[in-house]
Amino acid sequence: EHCLGPGPMATFHAVVRALPESVCQQALRVEKGGAVDFARAEREHQLYVGVLRHKLGLQVLELPADESLPDCVFVEDAAVVCEETALLTRPGAPSRRKEVTEAMKIALESLNLNVVEMTDENATLDGGDVLFTGREFFVGLSKRTNQRGAEILADTFKDYAVSTVPVHDSLHLKSFCSMAGPNLIAIGSSEGAQKALKTMQQMSDHRYDKLTIPDDAAANCLYLNIPNKGHVLLHRAPEEYPESAKVFEKLKDHMLIPIANIELQKVDGALTCCCILINKTSEL
Amino acid sequence: MTTEVGSEAEVKKEAEKLEPDTAKEKPEEASESLENQKTEETEETQDSSSSPVPTSQSSPTSRKERDPSEGKGISRFLPPWLKKQKSYSIAEPKDEAKKKAEGDEHVEECERQLPEEVAELKGEAAAENHQTKTDDKEEEKHSVSSAETQPAKEDSKEIEVEKVTEEPEEKLEEETGKRETKEVQTTEIKMEKAPQKAPKKIKTVQCKVMLLDGTEYSCDLEKRAKGQVLFDRVCEHLNLLEKDYFGLLFYENSDQKNWLDSSKEIKRQIRNFPWLFTFHVKFYPPDPSQLTEDITRYFLCLQLRQDIVSGRLPCSFVTHALLGSYTLQAELGDYDPEEHNSDYISEFQFAPNQTKEMEDKVVELHKTHRGLTPAQADSQFLENAKRLSMYGVDLHHAKDSEGVDIMLGVCANGLLIYKDRLRINRFAWPKILKISYKRSNFYIKVRPAELEQFESTIGFKLPNHRAAKRLWKVCVEHHTFFRLISPEQPAKGKFLTLGSKFRYSGRTQAQTRQASNLIDRPAPYFERTSSKRISRSLDGAPVGITDQSLLRDLSATAAGPTGDEAAVLAKLKNGESREEDGSPIKSPPLELTQDGKNNSLKVDGENIYVRHSNLMLEDLDKTQDDLLKHQASISELKRSFMESTPEPRPNEWEKRRITPLSLQTQGSSHETLSVVEEKKRAEVGIEETVVINEINEGKIQVAIDGGEPCKVEQLSKKDSSSTSSESSSSSESEDEEVGEYQPYHRVTEDVIREEKEGNEDAKEVEGYTAKVVQCVESVIEGSKEKVSIGHAQVAEESLVEGNAVSGTPEEKSFTEEAKQDLREEREEEQLKINGDLSHIGIDVKPQIICCSEPPVVKTEMVTISDATQRTEISTKEVPIVQTETKTITYESPQLDGSAGGDAGVLLSAQTITSESVSTTTTTHITKTVKGGVSETRIEKRIVITGDADIDHDQALAQAIKEAKEQHPDMSVTRVVVHKETELAEEDEG
Repeated sequence: EHCLGPGPMATFHAVVRALPESVCQQALRVEKGGAVDFARAEREHQLYVGVLRHKLGLQVLELPADESLPDCVFVEDAAVVCEETALLTRPGAPSRRKEVTEAMKIALESLNLNVVEMTDENATLDGGDVLFTGREFFVGLSKRTNQRGAEILADTFKDYAVSTVPVHDSLHLKSFCSMAGPNLIAIGSSEGAQKALKTMQQMSDHRYDKLTIPDDAAANCLYLNIPNKGHVLLHRAPEEYPESAKVFEKLKDHMLIPIANIELQKVDGALTCCCILINKTSEL
Repeated sequence: MTTEVGSEAEVKKEAEKLEPDTAKEKPEEASESLENQKTEETEETQDSSSSPVPTSQSSPTSRKERDPSEGKGISRFLPPWLKKQKSYSIAEPKDEAKKKAEGDEHVEECERQLPEEVAELKGEAAAENHQTKTDDKEEEKHSVSSAETQPAKEDSKEIEVEKVTEEPEEKLEEETGKRETKEVQTTEIKMEKAPQKAPKKIKTVQCKVMLLDGTEYSCDLEKRAKGQVLFDRVCEHLNLLEKDYFGLLFYENSDQKNWLDSSKEIKRQIRNFPWLFTFHVKFYPPDPSQLTEDITRYFLCLQLRQDIVSGRLPCSFVTHALLGSYTLQAELGDYDPEEHNSDYISEFQFAPNQTKEMEDKVVELHKTHRGLTPAQADSQFLENAKRLSMYGVDLHHAKDSEGVDIMLGVCANGLLIYKDRLRINRFAWPKILKISYKRSNFYIKVRPAELEQFESTIGFKLPNHRAAKRLWKVCVEHHTFFRLISPEQPAKGKFLTLGSKFRYSGRTQAQTRQASNLIDRPAPYFERTSSKRISRSLDGAPVGITDQSLLRDLSATAAGPTGDEAAVLAKLKNGESREEDGSPIKSPPLELTQDGKNNSLKVDGENIYVRHSNLMLEDLDKTQDDLLKHQASISELKRSFMESTPEPRPNEWEKRRITPLSLQTQGSSHETLSVVEEKKRAEVGIEETVVINEINEGKIQVAIDGGEPCKVEQLSKKDSSSTSSESSSSSESEDEEVGEYQPYHRVTEDVIREEKEGNEDAKEVEGYTAKVVQCVESVIEGSKEKVSIGHAQVAEESLVEGNAVSGTPEEKSFTEEAKQDLREEREEEQLKINGDLSHIGIDVKPQIICCSEPPVVKTEMVTISDATQRTEISTKEVPIVQTETKTITYESPQLDGSAGGDAGVLLSAQTITSESVSTTTTTHITKTVKGGVSETRIEKRIVITGDADIDHDQALAQAIKEAKEQHPDMSVTRVVVHKETELAEEDEG
């Protein structure tokens, strides 16, 4: 087991954060939509965390909610973790900068991660714009993430190529794509998603398999490779995205876990948004 | 083995040296032939003698020869003409060369060596000398190089030759005369000393080479030695066999590194810089585990350690530590708590900024590697290092169209564009249609992206034109090395191609792997030098950096990079692409011509060339500086020419129209042969047709007469500009202003290895590819029959097809479009040119179908005649035995007149048939007069019959060679290879 290298990532830890009630009223959203039913949102989130903790046996570190940070449940944006290094981001939305707290830093350090902070005031980076494939990074240049932020990410994870992908029509790069397997990119069907995929394919020396998902939102799924469990994929439930769920169901080698994410979706939350996965393979 | 390789190189050299001698006897030629092209000649000296075919056609051959492990006699590859005319150069010189190689070693070491050895050397040399005198004078060359006593007269001749080689600009007769006298004196002085200290006679220069372990290797080289000699010496010193991944660098200033070109004289490349080189990995193998020998991997490790320490290869903290721990394991063995106290590690350098924390981690990791042998540790090191994103990426500073600083990274897979540390674009080799540079601009022409209709050209601004050329060369080399099976032929010297004729002439990765498979020696013992020694020896500075610092003082004197000129227009759509298309880059390859005999009888463009040669001659008495100035002014002229090129420049398709026009007047194409050469790789070549075409009258206007005047005008402009470029390159090859490289005019090879980009339809693509591969690779079991070939379109079509296969699936459709365009273009072309240019094919067809009868197999004929109708060029089934038939036509992009038009008046026609063991040659000669120009066409049909025992490739190559030799003043315009393979035994690929 080396720090480098593509292939299955072993995941052992997860950092999550409880959702504040303010998420219903004050969370940022791209489009106006229905009101968030907090109770239901909480249930969904608990189910999600439960799957990680109990069903998959991850060591889940749960940070408390902060009412002053309506979006704080989306921990993915606050930190990018790869191997033994965690990069604390500087989120593009000023209201979210405080999500990157000392508590987060301490949590990550407690996992023996080498924590790097993004201090450059010209840099912005949301973790939702960072797609790590196991071989390289793709960073969406979006409203939330700029070139400078991507550069700092590249400086932090020097082993890997970091390619930038323009993202225009969506909030984040991962609003329409994610990894669904060691070499498998799940990609939405929208024009923007397909264009981004083309860009990624062009930028990469590696050829990925792709899984085209009818619904962009459903293309954000959560893949984990867990010892003794193999390929695990959390994907959006059939009741939300029946067509997309069918596509996931074709993945025969994966343990498939449908997860509903109806409420947080209203505030642009996707499956990957709500946790930071850490695959620590070394105690050094 | 190593020695033998070395001596083979010497053989080459010997042969090369003969060349100028020959040239000297034909002053015209001499004046025509340029620069080191001449000296690049190999055994093929006679082959279109003035044509400086560098490593070109013979290169793969000679490469092969040079691998003794293949166990094939050299002579079998040598065409009979060579044997006849210079038999000594095959046999004796080989011996001599060997001796000479030994001799050189002696020279090197003689100071330290036993006196007897020197005596022995003398004896040897004396014997040689004796023999030499009885031989013809060309032989002198050898003996002189063996540093032996020579009659002064002969010696002077040699020197004179040397002069010619060294300063081709001074080939003027008067001048040479003068020099001769001077040199004679010098040599005579030398002569006196000779008996006492033979080795001193060689004019040598001391070379220093920084090795990867931080040590320095020095040796004395003949002043005129080529890069290969030094490189071979170094590799021999290192006991390195898989040397194709490596190269020698020299620095122009602290950050401008240049690869020493093996095929050229060192002196010419390094100019005024000291003979100081750095041994360096040139092509980083993407998968080091595929290297054959541990020693090769070891050197790669050393290189990567340098790269890491110097910061060229960025790594994370953890990776630094991990790689460092493997280094420790490889150099120190298992961690030993007694021996390896806390300090042992700080003497090593693992990272540009090494911390205690990192050292601690290295030690911890080192402990975990217990039991790994040094070789295993190296392998682990490489397995991890190869995954680093910047592994093997050669970075070049540039600016984009908006003047933004970017980096261009050349690697095994293509060209990467970085802005700061971010990858902002990537062009895989299959995407790139053409690579060129012009002045300080570097261009790539890329396939149309999906939904785009036109190829686009992307331009980058390099700091100066040398940087642009350097980048271009690196691209050409990387593309060739990693993506082709065999190197592309350099533009034949006989063409006055504009700009650089540079091509990668070494082995490709495929070839070097093949060769490495034959390595049969016990794993050589070598000592892994401690990394601490490296850092110590260089005062703790990282090696890579120190390399450069060695040259820091040079850089002061060196011509530094020019300032930042405004960045130039970057993205041009094809249709409006002025710089690109108007540039003489694409300009018709003017023929530098066969023999130089018919110089004066050439077309406009060539007249310009000749005139230009005269211009050059006028410069003879000038100093080097003046010469440079002169060249600069020529460059300036050329520049203004380019810039003044009329607005409506031809687009890509128009160019295709134009090219045939000019080619027609030149009557030749280098592509023809090069493709044939490539064909050889595919084990084809049962039958080939060489069409030799000559225009031997001075009437220039033929091709142009009825054509389109405006185009003609443009053409001639191009010609003249190309002329001036040639002049600048002639005295200093590094100064070429432009260069062009089209990765994809080679069909078959790329087809085989083409990367399939994109995920969709991968299977489909694979299927397609597989089919093609099969065609290409099938082995000839028995040759039978032939086939008639229609016109040029065949070649074009197959090319396009190749592209389609090689491209991504998405691209395929566009290629189809392109094909469509091409067809249209072709039709147009014919319309335009019918009536005045069709001097080619008309009489071809009937004769083409002469044939030998198939003994067992009955085969169909494939006739491809209609350009607009795409015909599968491939297989068919036959009763009884299944046969695969494949026909490939390589043709200079000149018009095939068979579609109609004025055939001219037939003067005479004759057919001659000759047979040898495995080949039947039918020669058909027609003479026609057309538009005041008489044209002689010789069509040879050579049927090579045989089974696997016959090396069809060689036979084919030889046939072509012979054809060229027999008609030195003609040029090959078309080669049709028709191969037939019995599929009875399918499994022998």
